[in-house]
Amino acid sequence: MTIMTEAAYLADDSIRQEDAHDHEHHDTGDTTVFGFWIYLMTDCILFASVFATYAVLFMNTAGGVSGRDIFELDYVAIETAALLFSSITYGFAMISAHKQNKSATLAWLMVTFALGAVFIGMEVNEFHHLVVEGNGPSRSAFLSSFFTLVGMHGMHVTAGLIWMVVMMIEVVKRGLGSKTVTRLSCLSLFWHFLDIVWICVFTVVYLLGVM
Amino acid sequence: MSSQSAIAQGVDHGAAHSVDHSADHGADHGSVKSYLVGFVLSVILTAIPFWAAMTGYFPKSTAIPLVLIMAVVQVVVHLKYFLHLNFSVEGRANTFAFLFTALIIVMVVGLSVWIIYSSNAMMMH
Repeated sequence: MTIMTEAAYLADDSIRQEDAHDHEHHDTGDTTVFGFWIYLMTDCILFASVFATYAVLFMNTAGGVSGRDIFELDYVAIETAALLFSSITYGFAMISAHKQNKSATLAWLMVTFALGAVFIGMEVNEFHHLVVEGNGPSRSAFLSSFFTLVGMHGMHVTAGLIWMVVMMIEVVKRGLGSKTVTRLSCLSLFWHFLDIVWICVFTVVYLLGVM
Repeated sequence: MSSQSAIAQGVDHGAAHSVDHSADHGADHGSVKSYLVGFVLSVILTAIPFWAAMTGYFPKSTAIPLVLIMAVVQVVVHLKYFLHLNFSVEGRANTFAFLFTALIIVMVVGLSVWIIYSSNAMMMH
C-alpha cells in the first residue's frame, strides 16, 4: 500500500514537473479556490439549518417582544448598505490584485475592512441594546434563534475581518505573488458569500419580521 | 504535501488538460464594469423591498411575495456579478456544486417548515 502510493506520488510529481512549463501553477491555484468553494457550500447548509430553526421558532415569543417591536429598519438599511459597499470595494481590490497594483489593492482592502467594521460595530450595538433591555437570547425561543442566526453571520464577518488583516500584512510583506492572489481569491469568495447570506437575513428576519 | 493530495491534483490535472486557460482572465475575475452593474442592480433590489416594508405601500399579500422574489433575484445577481458563477468549461464545477447545495437547502428548509407548520396546525387548532 505504502509502496503503491509512493510510486503514484513519484509518477505524479514527474508529470507535474513536465507540465509546469505550459501551466505556470495556474491549476494548483484553481484547485485551491475550488476546494474553498466546496467548503462554502457546506457553510451554506449550516446557515440553511439555522434559517430553518429560525423559521420554526420565530413565532414563539413566550409573552415577550416580537420582531415588530424590536427591529428598526432604518438601522438595518445602513448595515445592509455598509455590507453591500464592502462587496464592491473587495471586487475592486481583486481587480487591482490581478493587475499587480499593490498600493491600490491595499487601499481597497482597507476600505473594505472599514465598511465591514462599521457593520460589525452596528450589530454589536444592536445586540447590546437588546440584552440591556432584557431581550437577551434567554428571553424566548424567538430571541434564541434570532441571536443564533444573526450572531453566526456576525461571527463569520468577524472571521473575515481578521483574515483581511492577515492578508493586508501578507501583501505588504510578500507582494502579490500567485499564492497571495489565490488566498485573496478565497477571501473574495468568503466575503461575497457573506453578503449573500445577509440578503437572506435581512429579508427573512428583518423585513418579513416587521410586516 | 501529502501523497493523496498530490494524486488528487494529478487527476484534476488530467481532466484540465483539454481546457484552454489563456481566455479565462477577465471572465473569471470580473471587470470594473461587471462589478458596477452588479452593484447598481443590488442597490435597486435592496431599496424596493426596504421601501415596501417601511412604507407599507402594498397589502401584506403582495408585499411578502415581492420581498421574497427580490431576495432571490438579488442572490442570483450576486452569484453572477460578484462570485462569477457561469456555465463555461472552467466555471461549471462551481456552478453545479452550488446548484446541488441549493437543492439540499430547498429540501432542508422547505420540508422542515412544511412539516412543522402542518403539525402545528393539526395539533394546536
